[in-house]
Amino acid sequence: MRMLAIVLTGLVGVALVGVGPAGASHEIVLGLQCDRTGATQTVGVNLCPGYHDYVKLINAKGGVNGHKIRALEIDHEYKVPQGVAAYGRHKQEGAVVISLYGTPHTYALTQKLTEDKIPGTSPGFGRADATDGTRYPYIFPIAASYWSQGAAAVKFAKDQLKGLKGKKIAYLFYDNPAGREPIPVLEDLAKQEGFQLRTFAVPPPGVEMGAQALDIAQRYRADFVIAHLFGRSPSVSIKELKRVGYPLRKVVSFVWGSAEADVEAAGGFGVAEGYNTMQYAGVGQDFQVIKEIRELYKKEGKEPPEVMASTVYYNRGILWAAVAVEAVRNALKAKPDGKITGDDVKKGFERIKGVTLGGLLPPLEITPTDHEGGGWVQIWQVKGGKFVKTTDWFKAYQDVVAKHIQEAGKK
Amino acid sequence: MIHRECGVLKTTYAADMALYPLPIARWTVAGLAVLFGLVLPFALHEYYLSIVNLIAIAVVGALGLNILVGWTGQISIGHGAFMSVGAYTAANFAVRLDFPFWLALPLGGLMAALVGAVVGIPSLRIKGLYLAIATLAGQLIIEWTINHVTFISGGVQASIEVPRPTLGSFVIASQLEMYFLLMTFVVIAIVATLNLMRSRVGRAFIAIRDHDIAAELTGVNIFRYKLVAFAVSSFYAGVTGVLYTYYLGIANYEQFQIVTSIDYLAMIIIGGLGSVLGSIFGAIFVTLLPILIPYAMEAFGGLFMSQAAVRNTIPNLRLILFGSLIIIFLVVEPEGLNRLWRNIRNYFRFWPFAY
Repeated sequence: MRMLAIVLTGLVGVALVGVGPAGASHEIVLGLQCDRTGATQTVGVNLCPGYHDYVKLINAKGGVNGHKIRALEIDHEYKVPQGVAAYGRHKQEGAVVISLYGTPHTYALTQKLTEDKIPGTSPGFGRADATDGTRYPYIFPIAASYWSQGAAAVKFAKDQLKGLKGKKIAYLFYDNPAGREPIPVLEDLAKQEGFQLRTFAVPPPGVEMGAQALDIAQRYRADFVIAHLFGRSPSVSIKELKRVGYPLRKVVSFVWGSAEADVEAAGGFGVAEGYNTMQYAGVGQDFQVIKEIRELYKKEGKEPPEVMASTVYYNRGILWAAVAVEAVRNALKAKPDGKITGDDVKKGFERIKGVTLGGLLPPLEITPTDHEGGGWVQIWQVKGGKFVKTTDWFKAYQDVVAKHIQEAGKK
Repeated sequence: MIHRECGVLKTTYAADMALYPLPIARWTVAGLAVLFGLVLPFALHEYYLSIVNLIAIAVVGALGLNILVGWTGQISIGHGAFMSVGAYTAANFAVRLDFPFWLALPLGGLMAALVGAVVGIPSLRIKGLYLAIATLAGQLIIEWTINHVTFISGGVQASIEVPRPTLGSFVIASQLEMYFLLMTFVVIAIVATLNLMRSRVGRAFIAIRDHDIAAELTGVNIFRYKLVAFAVSSFYAGVTGVLYTYYLGIANYEQFQIVTSIDYLAMIIIGGLGSVLGSIFGAIFVTLLPILIPYAMEAFGGLFMSQAAVRNTIPNLRLILFGSLIIIFLVVEPEGLNRLWRNIRNYFRFWPFAY
């Protein structure tokens, strides 16, 4: 009885405290959905601090046109119902843009975002067909979709192999909708470029792919491997391909198998020498904005956090925040009093152009029809204990990707 | 107190068989009906309403799982998969054949019931943990099938967008409209479960749970009733899946993976096995906990750590708290929140006497 009474009082107390005022006037709220505990937690623990640090930096500089920004993070454990509940709270707190996290979440919230006229971003994951801004006006991939990543991977393979005619490419992918998303684009390119494509599915949870690696290396004898894996599976793929003696310089991984964490989990940079990773944000600490964040920490008398060393995800966090802040900045140009709505920010997104933060962001150009901003990627290779940039920002086969976007629109 | 049976005289069979024979119970139900039908939906902010809606969907699913696990004693880890069967069936009918919501919903439920009954066939031979693993296989097979058969899943992305539910020409879109739609199904599910458990079928379920051999000796057709339990439970699951699909506007199997099945098991264990009220309590508890902890931490966490640390702590604290609460419940009150509620009620009933 007494225990129950305590529990009940506690719950009621919590509920009452939660119903506070929704923030000071003209504070601009950015919603951030995160996964610090779920299936892909290595992403969340490194990416979300980057987001917060960039917002802190902007606020330290006086905010956007004088308006402070508040990033409201809600962790959803990679569960859709919790993501939907988080969306509800973001909306209630007046978020003008919501940084989504997770492909199923993007699907689940597409209709709601459109009805509520709040833009949501899905950088590097989510639905590739949302590139078409006329069809999904409130979803912004803002980074290369899986279709663009697939096209870019084929282009990279072509450059590495000096032509693709008659070559064999293996597509090693995590067997879920996100993993299968690029297959139609790859199949089209196989026809166009005259290479042979074979897909190798890795069933969830993706920690077992000895058979696939052996198949790729010994039986199929692939000339190039395009890997599209998540969570723990990228590191397993590096280990297994290495074990069967496949040269890692002939492997390129999509953006979610491209972090320092993946390489370290595979046994370190020494083991993964040659492994190619695809990136949609700049890698490393050699950017002005990162130096400014370090100085900000020093001014507070604190050491810069360790997560900054995980530059792949941390920098992506900065990209997520920077693009959202830029959209808000554009929206504030039209309404300087700070009373902006999701619709204003949506239009703000569609005017983003020429913001690169010194190379950390690709040369994005988001337009009402192209919410992807071009589909730019860079390839960074593991070389001598660190990631080394091997290509500059590039995009490839945009005609093929555009054809698929058009076809998806007809459905 | 007001809650006493003495003086309540029943003179007809109908009165004796009423769902709520006591006047106080009837008044409580009437009070709840007013609260949930007239007060709550118009008093709550849209955000809180959206949480109530999520709870409402979970209530239907938890009731369904409780029929199977709590009343019939058949452990199932495949509840999420049955939801996805309902979701995709309804979505396919709605998109390909333009079926309206009120037709797609029962079809989704029926398909899930059919699949559930098939998955339940091994229950004749195996029990307990073995059956749990058999249903786990069901979960994985169904997930795999939806993932790979594009005829069902509607393409490589395995998602089907459905239009908003309509009643005639009225489109149900806002949280408030959705609330009334979902509450309708919650009420139907609650009343149906209450009545099912008072019927011959429900008594057979309970007999099988308590002692299947004794049940068979008294003439209960065990195989039939076990399958019925699976079918009914899966019907509820299918309906839950359809409600989810229409609530979100999309069918996506990634919402119905093993984790979902386990969440629902947690709901009925925390709420109380074999009780309608327990299913409701459990659904509320499991849905609300991850929402309330961030609020509490944002309010009080700043007192003893930095904001960045709070953000890092919230997700982990939630996992720790959730895990320890399950353990505490299993140790202190294995019969769940429902038993706690009964204890409170009895305390006031007997007051001022101890027993």
